[in-house]
Formats: sequence, C-alpha cells, structure tokens
Amino acid sequence: MARYILNRLVISLITAWVLVTIVFFLVRLLPGDPFLSEKVTPEIKQNMIKYYGFDKPLHIQYIRYISNLLKGDLGYSLRYKNRTVNEVIKQAFPYSADLGIRAVIFATIVGITLGIIAALNRNKPLDYLSMFIAIVGISVPGFVIGPLLQYIFAIKLKLLPVAQWKGFAYTIMPTFALSLGSIALIARLMRASMLDVVNQDYIKTAKSKGLSPTQIVWKHQIRNAILPVITVLGPVTATLLTGTFVIEQIFAIPGLGKFYILGIQNLDYSMVLGMTVFYGLFLIAANFIVDIIYGIIDPRIRIGGK
Amino acid sequence: MEKLLEVKDLEVSFKTYAGEIKAVRGVSFDINKGEIVAIVGESGCGKSVTAQSIMRLIPMPPGIIKKGSIIFEGRDITKLSEREMEHIRGSEMSMVFQDPMTSLNPTMKVGAQIAESLIKHQKMHSKEAWKKAIEMLKMVGIPNAEKRANQYPHEFSGGMRQRAMIAIALACNPKLLIADEPTTALDVTIQAQILDLMRDLQKKLNTAIIIITHNLGVVANLAERVLVMYAGKIIERGNLDDIFYNPRHPYTWGLLMSVPTPDLDKSKKLASIEGTPPDLFAPPVGCPFAPRCEYAMKICYEKYPEEFTVSDGHSVACWLMHPLAPKVKPPVGKGVTLS
Amino acid sequence: MMQNSIGELSQELFTHVGKSISEMEAIARPSITYWQDAWRRLKQNKAAMLGLIIIILYTFMAIVGPYMTPYDYRTTNPSEINQPPSARHWFGTDSLGRDLWARTWMGARVSLMIGVVAALLNAIIGVLVGGIAGYFGGKVDMIIMRFVDIMYAIPYMIIVILMMVVLGQGIMPLILALVVGGWLGMARLVRGQILQLKEQEFVLAAKVLGASHARIIWRHLIPNTMGVILVNLTMSVPGAIFSEAFLSFIGLGVVPPHSSWGQLAAYGAQVFRVYPYQLFIPAFFISTTMLSLNLLGDGLRDALDPRLRT
Repeated sequence: MARYILNRLVISLITAWVLVTIVFFLVRLLPGDPFLSEKVTPEIKQNMIKYYGFDKPLHIQYIRYISNLLKGDLGYSLRYKNRTVNEVIKQAFPYSADLGIRAVIFATIVGITLGIIAALNRNKPLDYLSMFIAIVGISVPGFVIGPLLQYIFAIKLKLLPVAQWKGFAYTIMPTFALSLGSIALIARLMRASMLDVVNQDYIKTAKSKGLSPTQIVWKHQIRNAILPVITVLGPVTATLLTGTFVIEQIFAIPGLGKFYILGIQNLDYSMVLGMTVFYGLFLIAANFIVDIIYGIIDPRIRIGGK
Repeated sequence: MEKLLEVKDLEVSFKTYAGEIKAVRGVSFDINKGEIVAIVGESGCGKSVTAQSIMRLIPMPPGIIKKGSIIFEGRDITKLSEREMEHIRGSEMSMVFQDPMTSLNPTMKVGAQIAESLIKHQKMHSKEAWKKAIEMLKMVGIPNAEKRANQYPHEFSGGMRQRAMIAIALACNPKLLIADEPTTALDVTIQAQILDLMRDLQKKLNTAIIIITHNLGVVANLAERVLVMYAGKIIERGNLDDIFYNPRHPYTWGLLMSVPTPDLDKSKKLASIEGTPPDLFAPPVGCPFAPRCEYAMKICYEKYPEEFTVSDGHSVACWLMHPLAPKVKPPVGKGVTLS
Repeated sequence: MMQNSIGELSQELFTHVGKSISEMEAIARPSITYWQDAWRRLKQNKAAMLGLIIIILYTFMAIVGPYMTPYDYRTTNPSEINQPPSARHWFGTDSLGRDLWARTWMGARVSLMIGVVAALLNAIIGVLVGGIAGYFGGKVDMIIMRFVDIMYAIPYMIIVILMMVVLGQGIMPLILALVVGGWLGMARLVRGQILQLKEQEFVLAAKVLGASHARIIWRHLIPNTMGVILVNLTMSVPGAIFSEAFLSFIGLGVVPPHSSWGQLAAYGAQVFRVYPYQLFIPAFFISTTMLSLNLLGDGLRDALDPRLRT
C-alpha cells in the first residue's frame, strides 16, 4: 500500500509539473503578447512584469513562475489593477466547491442506484427505462438542461427560485442540472460492471453455496461491481467542475466559473490562465485522492502493493 | 448399497441465435452413498452441463432441462422451486470449480467465504461460523489457519485456493460433492496433493463425489466407477478395472491410447483421436463417434447403438458388441478379443 | 436390453465402412463474415437505426437547409428582430434580425464538421501512436506511453481551454484544440488491443511463417481492432460536438458571423426567459444529435462484440 501511494504521488507530482510547464510555455506563445499590449495600464504592466519577470532571461522567468506557484501565488488580473487570482478564488471558490460537492455526492448515489436497478432487471422495462434516462442524460448538455429546468420549475410552475444561491431551494436545480451527465455515466458504468461481475466464477461459487439471489447481489455482486466505478470518480469530478462554468453562469451563482467566463469575455488572459492552473492542480489532487480511496477499498491493492 | 442420486434420461439444451444446442441427450446414471464416480470425456461432451444440471446451476435461459429427472434423496431436483434448491445447494450437495483463481470472491476474506454457508444453512452465529471456518481450513491442510482465514484470496497460491474452495464446499458436510475439473488449472505436483486431499476427506466424511475430468490419470487415482461421455451421451460405463483393462468402446480405446505411460512401447506412437466431436446443433442420427471411428460399420451411421451389457455394471453403447458385427481386437486393455 | 433386435438387423448393415472425417468437418452453421454479422445485428437494433436515420437527415439538412430559405444566415435586419417562428422565418429571428433557420443549418455544418473532423483526426493519430507503441513495444512503447499517461492525467477540458486561449477563437483553432488533447484515449485503447493480439497464436504463427511487419499489421492486427476503433470513433463524435458547444457557450468557440449550435444556444440562453425558442431550437438539435450518435455507438458496440451473441 505504501508503495502504491508513493507511486500515485510521484505520478501526480509529475503531471502537475508537466501542466505548469505547458502553461508557462503557452503563455510565451500568446499572440501579440496581450500581457504587455498598449491597452494595459502602466500599473498593471508593473504587476505583470513583477509576476512573470518579462524583463529577465527565459530560465529565470521559468524559475520565478514555478516559485510563485509553490508559494501559492497564481498571478494578477490583466484588467483590474488590484485584483489577484488568489483573491478571486478565495471569494468565489467556496460557492463552486459547495455546488461541486453536492453534485459529486448526488451523481454517485443516484448513478450507482440506477445502475444496480438496471442490471438487476436486465432486459426488462425498468432496465430500458433506466438506460433511456442515462443515455438522455449523457446526450443533453448542462446548458440545455439548466434553462429547461428554470423554464419549467421556476417560470412556469413557480416551484423553485429561478437563480442565485441563497438556501437549499436554490441548490436543487443547479445540482441536478450539473450532475445529470455524470449520473448517466456512472449508471451505465455500474450496470456494465454489475453484468460483468454476474458472469464471474465466484458468483457461481456463491450460488453453489446456496445463497439466495438477494444475498448474492448484496454480499458478492455490488461490492465487486462498485470498484471499477470508483476509478471514474476522478474524471467525473473534472467533468463536474468544468460543468460549473456553465451552470453558475445560467443560475447566476457567484462561483469561480462565473469569473472564469467573465475573464474570457474581458480577454483577461492572465486571470484565465491562473484559474486554469488552479483547476488543473485541484483536479490532479482530486484524482490522487480517488486513487488512494480505491487502494483502501480494494484488498488486492491494500495488501499486496500491486 | 443405498442410492443417493438417480439421473434418468436427462436432456439439456441451450437456445442460441443459431438454434438449439443439444448439450446432454438422454443421460442416465446412479450415484451411491459415499462412492466416487468419474465422468470422463473431451471438452464439449456435456459432462460439465450434466454436473451443473444436478446443482441446477445452468443459466436459464438460455439453458433448459428438456426431459428427464434428477432424483436426489427421493426428491426430483428438476421440479423443486429455486427456494427449495437454495437449501440443498451448499448443505446437501456442493461443488468445486475448475479455476481456483477466479472462483473465490477477491474482495472477501477467505474465512468469511467459508463461514457464509455455515451461517446460511446451519444457522450459526458469525463467531461460531468463523471458528468452524478455521477448523475447515485446518482440515484441508492449510497451515496457520487462524491467520489465513483473515486473508484475501490473492494472498493464497493456486493450490491453497483450491483447498479453500474444497473447505467451502465441505463446510456443511454435504452428501454429494461435484468436482468439475478440480485439478486442471493447477501445477502437476499440486494436482496430486489435491487428489490425495479429496480421497482422504471422502474417507473421513463419507461424501459421495462426482469428479468431472478429461484426465484419465485423475480417474485412475480417485474413481471407483467411470462414465465415459461423448456428444451428450454416456457411451460406456463400468468400474475402474472394466474401463482400464477391458474397455469396449472404440472411443474409450482412443482415450486410453492417448494417455502417455512410462512403460509405453517405443514402437507404438502416442495416439490421438483424429477429428472433432460432432456439432450439437444437429447431432447425427447414428453413433456420433462413427465418423472418427476406424471400425465404423454401415449401421453406425444409421442407428444409435443400444446399450450392451458386458458384465455386471459394465455396459457399452457400440454396435461392435452386436453378434453380427465383425470380431475386433481392441488395441488397448488386456487384449481380450471381443466376442 | 441386449440382443432384442437380432432378427431385424441384416448382416449387410455390419459391413465395415470406417472413418469419414472430411465429411464430418463440414461446418453445420451458416457461415457469415464478421461484418455481415455485425450489420445484421445492428439492423435489428431499432434505437441504433433511428439514430443513424436522424444523423443522415441532419447531415442532409446541413447541406441543403440554408438554401431552402431566401434569407442569408449573416444578413441582419433591424426591422425584424426576435421574431418568433412564423411562415416567413421558420425558426424565427435573433436579436439582430438574422434568420434562425438559415443560422441553425449553417450551425449544423460547423457543429457536425467539427465533431466528425476532430473525431477522425483523433482516431488517426491515436491509432498510429497506439499502434506503434503496442506493436514495437519495449523502449518505444515505454517512452510513448509515459508521455500519453501524463497528458491523459491532465483533465481534457483544461487542455482544450488552454489551447483555445493561446490559439484564439475560430473553427480551425477549435479543431486543433480538440485534437491536441483528444487522441490520447484512442492511443491507449489501440495499444492495449494490439498488445493483447500480439500474444495470440495466429499472430505468432504469422510471424513464424515469416510475414512482414506490414503484412501482420495490415492482415491481422488492423482487422481485429477495427471494431473497437469504430465504436470509439462513433462515441467520440458526440464528445467533440459537446466540447464545441461547451466552448462556444463559455465564449471560447466559434465567433459570429459564423454560427454553430453551441453558439446559438449561448445566445439563446441569454434571452430565453423572453424568447425561449431561441434557446430550445439549437438545444433540441444538439441533444438529439448527441442522443442519436450515442444510440448508434451503443448499437455498434453491441453488434461488434461477438461475446454478446446469444
């Protein structure tokens, strides 16, 4: 297990380093150097030079950039002279994290349940229904489902508030709109995994012991079927986080996604890059945590160090 | 001797997109209490399907028991409900599968996998069942049983896993154990250990064993009686000596000749049976072995042979036994000319 | 039970005939090729066929749709802004008075083209890289796969957004951005397949018989991985269409006067409380296209996987 964790940690660190390095060189490729264009005010230019060290040779710039990141400094805005990426994250990320965590939990629970129901009723109406919901969920993007929900439940039926983030009722539609795609993905995976496990020899062994179908499902099938599903929680978190860009925009939630789109619209490249690095590092960390959880749950990794 | 199991005229089929596979085509045999019977044949001859039908482990659909009965201790298993069957599986009869690497649940402690059937059938509390599980592990010859019970299957070697499988199967002291190719996936040295273990346990517990195998070495080691299956039918049956020293079916001869022996006559080359078994989508009307049989006669292609009795308990389904058939000297066995 | 039938059987029946192996070896099942079989099963899958029909229909409309109305997709008309669907403007007009029927089908061209081109490029690069790594193995494999694995660990959308920020907006940059991060999955998949196949007897046999690399790759490896590649390709088209829509929605994708479904949806979302049709029309086409492609992909996967035969 220790070797497994170390292995995952090294991979995560290398990945983070590669990401940061790519960002560094991409910035140097930006067309027409928007960081130093005439439109930028002198004070902001000062900020840029201070952070990126444009006046220094390339390797010094690189070292400065990395050490800035190691200090946790993600850079400055290109549009507002007194705004840093860190401040924006501090202010807005709690909203995004709240929405994101709700969506991850909701998607995991509903997705796994739907997958189990479908697999246990294979080729019966309930299976077809679950899988139809799932394929629709995969096919309908969040920016379609969000407004559709608003239109039906807020504008027409007036059951839920249209937008903003001020209490539980406000969280229902954004959480659902954000997690629908991931629910669908997890449900399909869980179903496939359940059907794969059903054909394993150890299920036959369990049956030959005289266990009832319910006992086999609960004690043998689900536990083994969930394992591969856990591995996608990393990518699912990534999907959900990028999904927040759109959902926060639609539901007027003051999260990081809203600032991200604002940055893009204002051509605030420095802000966008800073936030992208933050997202990237956050997701690499999330993947690492998912790997560790997987290692704890699967005894083949926990005791064996595969 | 008291009969434990009576299979009568069993027919099992599988429905597929291309039609019906007739896997077992009218098989009858008895198993007495505490005896070891081997079912021998090539892969696809229906031996595993027969065994799984007895346990009612055939997936249905696509599988279907078309005809016949399986009487176990006076009850017809083919007519029992799934509920009633659960009470029999694991407690009255149980099964050991071919591949010990895949037949244990990888995410469950070995001890718990043994304890499971004890909790289910003998209504033991978990602590009691755990103790019994450790006892079972000791009985199947696993050292450090207390520690081993707490481990997961991937921490066991192949041979140890098969021992654990046997412990699971025997936990509730069943009357019948079906072992489906229990040694095929193991190293040769381990194979012998597992066979020894099964023989010892059979003596100790007086469990009847049906051993399914394509390996005549395993048969010679363990079985008292032998059923030879081909293309879904039993083509020869007898006790161990009948089959090894006085075989009567050309297919049995072929099987015996394809076993390498240390004292093998150097001038004779190790034989194989040419060709492949027939397609069970459309089994032939005559003897299914005829196309591969160098002694085949006209009638073999036209009519399935009736079962001829050779001696008490030894019978064979082959037209060569018919009085009108030409005399043939068998290439194996003690060389008794057929009458 | 013995000797009950002596009288009925004639001596003639007991003449020696012997083996007849060649006759027995005849194949009893009707033989159909892998692709015929797959096509037969795909045709039976109603959902997949419906998906295929919708895709063909949308493709056809993307070609002819813009010419079915006299209005140009770029022409603004201040006197006819935000018109609901009518006999003149079948899908209505937008806030600049542009005809949405024309814009929708011009958008279909862009969205479908981006989806197909990006998916195809991803597949080609992925198959080449994965194939080379898997076939040659050893150091080549190790170096390539280390690189692929690390790139793969960076979230796809992060790579795409970074590329878009650097490359600027437009259709070509979008395709390029989608390809930079998109081929990794296919490369991993193909490598895995090739590694498995390489170990199988028929490939070893071909090698022993002295077949060239080209022949082994062309005759043995490609036909046997084609199914997996095709399914993955079908599944990655909706992925690319979604990415285009997503990027256009957050303002990083296709810019006016060009139109794409994602961009139409983004504009629609801003005004949908007043003019819901401006969102729901492009949303409907994005969703049904993705649904159709997903259904087709599922159908293909089931049709090409012989293990699912029953």
